Amino acid sequence: MAQNTTLMAAVAGGGAPLPEGLPGRPRALRLPHGPKVIIGLVILAVFVVVAIIGTWAAPYSPNATNVATWVRHVLVPGTGPGTGVPAHYYPLPLPPSSSHLLGTTVFAQDVLSQLLASTGATLFVGLLAAAMATVLSVLVGVTAGYIGGFADESLSLLSNVFLAIPGLPLLIVLAFYVPSAGTSILLVAIIIAVTSWAYTARVLRAQTLSLRSRDFVEAARISGEGRLRIILVEVLPNLVPIVAASFLFTTLYAIGVYVALAFLGLAGSPTSSPAGLWNWGEMLREGFANNAVRGGWWWWWAPPGLCIALLGTSLALLNFGIDEFINPRLRVAGLSRRAAKRAGIRVRPSFGVTAVVRRKAEPGGEVAAP
Amino acid sequence: MRLLIRRLGFYLVAAWAAITFSFLIPRVVPGNPVATAIIRAETSGQCNSACVHAIELQLGFNVHTTLWTQYAQYWGNLSHGNLGFSWSENAPVGGLIVSYLPWTIGLLVVATVIAFAVGTLIGVLMAWRRGSWVEWVMPAAAFFQAIPYFFLALVIVLIFGQTGTMLKWLPSLFGYDIYTVTPGPNWSYIASILQHAILPGVTVVLASMGGFILTMRNNMLTTMDEDFVLVARAKGLPTRRVVTYAARNALLPVVSNFTLALSLVVSGQILVEIVFNYPGIGYHLYQALSELDYSLVQGIFVVITLVVLAANLLADVVYVLIDPRARQAG
Repeated sequence: MAQNTTLMAAVAGGGAPLPEGLPGRPRALRLPHGPKVIIGLVILAVFVVVAIIGTWAAPYSPNATNVATWVRHVLVPGTGPGTGVPAHYYPLPLPPSSSHLLGTTVFAQDVLSQLLASTGATLFVGLLAAAMATVLSVLVGVTAGYIGGFADESLSLLSNVFLAIPGLPLLIVLAFYVPSAGTSILLVAIIIAVTSWAYTARVLRAQTLSLRSRDFVEAARISGEGRLRIILVEVLPNLVPIVAASFLFTTLYAIGVYVALAFLGLAGSPTSSPAGLWNWGEMLREGFANNAVRGGWWWWWAPPGLCIALLGTSLALLNFGIDEFINPRLRVAGLSRRAAKRAGIRVRPSFGVTAVVRRKAEPGGEVAAP
Repeated sequence: MRLLIRRLGFYLVAAWAAITFSFLIPRVVPGNPVATAIIRAETSGQCNSACVHAIELQLGFNVHTTLWTQYAQYWGNLSHGNLGFSWSENAPVGGLIVSYLPWTIGLLVVATVIAFAVGTLIGVLMAWRRGSWVEWVMPAAAFFQAIPYFFLALVIVLIFGQTGTMLKWLPSLFGYDIYTVTPGPNWSYIASILQHAILPGVTVVLASMGGFILTMRNNMLTTMDEDFVLVARAKGLPTRRVVTYAARNALLPVVSNFTLALSLVVSGQILVEIVFNYPGIGYHLYQALSELDYSLVQGIFVVITLVVLAANLLADVVYVLIDPRARQAG
């Protein structure tokens, strides 16, 4: 779970400086770039591919078990030959091998297959919930900020109440009363979206308020444009970077809470009926509940956890890119010591000035430096 | 003062909303889940007919009074501290929660204070020394921020916990050694509590610190470009003092956005408690969920919300104390 850092700064400052288009270069092409964004995009792309082909590429079905050969059988002490008690065995998962690249579970299932099959639901619930939450927050935030008055008061109160009530407990109670939530991506996503739109709405409201009184919006109003047209054509395009950052942040949050819900056993088990979806949280839950930590069977629970962390890191890296795009003062972070030297800047940081350097090799591309 | 009163009013509205939500949801969702829970209680053998009737009253199932009467009743019970009866623990919910709370709040407060202090310091340092190797803290902080709390807890148990398989340094189950120590005001009990709090505490600190680091770094970078910092520098103040001035100002948005951070830490700690079987609210919430003990689940939700709202009010008081502008507006 993560906090959206830039948006905090944006709210605190009463509105982040929006990037101004450079002359001679269309703004749409000035997308965030730099190593962080590229690494983030690559990781995310890999996960998206796995999410799409995961179930198909998995060597086995995630539910397939083979009790005969996919577990080690250990004799229960005090049973078997010589004790007079019929032999009892308990199963131990197999460590990674060439036939099971990530080993097996105590239920004699293939971990790699589960990991691949889980990627889809985990990623798509996150993206879908974030998309719904973002639409909701744009509707609420922009309406509140632009229309003002009673609409603003009541919508702001609503989003502040949602912010003040701790998110996961609220979600737990909701999911508790909708036991079938875990059976469909759409249903989980709706429940998560309902509890995660408020922060973005507040940020967008603040930004809309600040945009509303700017000259170009005033000009549009005076020239007789309709309210809807002003919102769609003048205000919304200026909110795009914030909406994009919020979308990534909400995706990260949604994946975090989905996995947490599954870990709590509220997202349905894939083997129950109706069957819940395979997801990384469910894998962690099964591992934890069956003593995978105590047994030292790390291959069972470490891969899904690392996948969550990696996916989350990629989203956070992309978010940094957008942060630096929205707030040029953060942009220095992308400038390495060597690049600074090449640009002829004193490397020792100082205060009070964010210099803007234009490199010759890259006309129009700007790099902020200390 | 006026600001604080307005905030207090808002928190009362939020508390009302949470309590009303908790009242309404079992009454508006289609009957199935509630009925299942009541059957579960009936068949458990731990809940006699009076107990079943109490649960039905609490959840508004099989009750033939109007919603308004039930709502008034609900508030009446609540005002007497009556949050219903937990059949799985065979005790009133209110008393149970009071016994869970000290564990959760103790761990939460200590861990949040440490994470906040250390994270903020690192954030200031990163902004101050930007462009140097400390930039590498950023992806690391992002990684830690993205790890689910409970996964980090599992890793820490594996490496350091006595129930793990590697170093076995520290206890990683329960809030104190339940086999050898008798609870009470004696030294071995206190020592045991402290020892058992280390690993869960470290987990919460590590998992929540990333957010504080990144927030503070970004605020600090933004603040360091303000005119007053330039003036302070131009006056020839030593760098250390300039950084202190900037840091104090950069801290304000962190405090005013404390709500969000706290909500995340509380959510995370619930999961950490489960992994460590730590006897706080989160662990018992998990138990209540698996037993379908709705009264306990809802009582815990209401109490967590009230505690978080109270903490937010406290953060607002701090904000008014440290920001003169907020004082003047009031």
